[in-house]
Amino acid sequence: MISIYTRRRIVNAINLTFSILAMAFGLFWLFWILFTLFEKGLGGISIATFTQMTPAPGSTGGLLNAIAGSLAMVTLATLIGTPVGIMAGTYLAEYGQRGWLAPVTRFINDILLSAPSIVIGLFVYTVYVAKMGHFSGWAGALALSLIVIPVVVRTTEDMLRLIPDSLREAAAALGAPQWKIVTLVTWRASKVGIMTGVLLAIARISGETAPLLFTSLNNQFWNADMNQPMANLPVVIFQFAMSPYENWQELAWTGALLITLSVLGLNIAARFFLRKQALAN
Amino acid sequence: MSKIHFAAKLKRQLLFDRIFHKVTWFFTFVVFALLAALIGSLIIGSIPTIKAFGFDFLVSADWNPVTEKFGALVPIVGTLITSMIALSIGIPVSFGIALFLTELSPPWLRRPLGTAIELLAGIPSIIYGMWGLFVFAPLFAQYIQPWLQDTLGQVPGIGFLFEGSFMGIGMLSAGIILAIMVIPFIAAVMRDVFEIVPPMLKESAYAFGATTWEVIWHVVLPYTKIGVVGAIMLGLGRALGETMAVTFVIGNAHQLHTSLFMPGNSIASALANEFTEADGELYTSALIELGLILFFITFVVLAFSKILLVQLKKREGTAT
Repeated sequence: MISIYTRRRIVNAINLTFSILAMAFGLFWLFWILFTLFEKGLGGISIATFTQMTPAPGSTGGLLNAIAGSLAMVTLATLIGTPVGIMAGTYLAEYGQRGWLAPVTRFINDILLSAPSIVIGLFVYTVYVAKMGHFSGWAGALALSLIVIPVVVRTTEDMLRLIPDSLREAAAALGAPQWKIVTLVTWRASKVGIMTGVLLAIARISGETAPLLFTSLNNQFWNADMNQPMANLPVVIFQFAMSPYENWQELAWTGALLITLSVLGLNIAARFFLRKQALAN
Repeated sequence: MSKIHFAAKLKRQLLFDRIFHKVTWFFTFVVFALLAALIGSLIIGSIPTIKAFGFDFLVSADWNPVTEKFGALVPIVGTLITSMIALSIGIPVSFGIALFLTELSPPWLRRPLGTAIELLAGIPSIIYGMWGLFVFAPLFAQYIQPWLQDTLGQVPGIGFLFEGSFMGIGMLSAGIILAIMVIPFIAAVMRDVFEIVPPMLKESAYAFGATTWEVIWHVVLPYTKIGVVGAIMLGLGRALGETMAVTFVIGNAHQLHTSLFMPGNSIASALANEFTEADGELYTSALIELGLILFFITFVVLAFSKILLVQLKKREGTAT
């Protein structure tokens, strides 16, 4: 017979061991994936990667057009999505106590936040690409901005709510009108937090592939016209990785390494800013 | 004179106030209108298939672009099964990670380990897909699949799930890759909710002589069950809509198999693979209806979790 006490201790030991194993399990994948990326991608990084276009099968080349296309679309998407997101988030936090729009939008924003990104691509395809008759960089940027908006709305509202009401009341007591309270007091106090939201949104869209498949598609050549199909890193990685050509697969790994490093870098930067905001509050 | 001046100034400020209010209202309305447009366009886009197949679309396993016969059963089943596999692996592991981070880890390790798990969440999904296809799948076919067939495959009742040849890709591989993807999401939220348990509650349980596990199971978990359910739903939402990671490893075959080793298809990967090649109104429309179904499923999951949370909160209100 095992006493209850011993049994409890055994159960405890087993479950805690499981917990440690679970932690090791989680870290194991992270390191394995990163290791694979460096192993297969690092060798391919050279000056040509950043100066040459995506090659035909069998010849050498780089990722210049894909990198440029990704940068252009991510920048545009951020420029479109950020103001909309900040304004809507401000409304929800500052005027959201009354009226029908705020609770409905809050719910809808949660849905948009978790909506599968491929459905967003489908939406932009049906309302924009199908009407224009061709894939384009604009469509890609629009699809990405639809992913930026809910992230920014959510963080802006959360960050503004963290600002103590006494700050608003103090400004109001000095006679400041509400628009000045919002722009000069609460926005300023939560600046770093809102910035973090934008950074997280950029990190999220930098690696998004699904919404770009039906919107910007891909382009093997240099293209600075946003009305034409545009090359971008994720779709190039997808096409090259799925291809049977060895030089394409190699470039895909290089692209994968570049994209992962930039996304992880953005995430770490966002975390740094977030801690700064937490300290400021 | 100055009185009039002040009145004018005040009036201008009030006008600015009104404008500012309206402008922020307008942008909020834009966000609201976007979702309405999203649902609307998906419904309009799928009208041709709804007219052609009606309810049969949901229960038919046909998918033949040449004869224009379409049914969504295979991708729907594939989406649900891969998500279930992902959750059944992901939930216990995430729970273990959250437990480790909040109760067991030495304080100096907490932040680096937590950040590492969150970084796992930041890796773009296409990377998981590539890694799954080129690194994970060959090893899976060589070592894990034969082992699974020899052990679980011999158990009567569930043995049929592990039949077939070892290809490395298929429903099970897709489910496992999805599990690796959702673990950091679920673990990060679980850790956050475990951290809000008041130390006093835990300390009182420890003072009664409870073991660490008993404190977790009987104090921390009941206190945080709302947040834990929320974390799981968040992970489920991710798994259902995940496209790129699944597309690489699921095999993309419109076939129904009882074995998890066989290739299948999910809604998102069917869209990713076929949409740009779809010709003909009916084909495109069938794919758009698939998108609508996927959107509907994630919507239900989110709404369900919200209702559940409200109910849990209510019950807690009456119990105390």
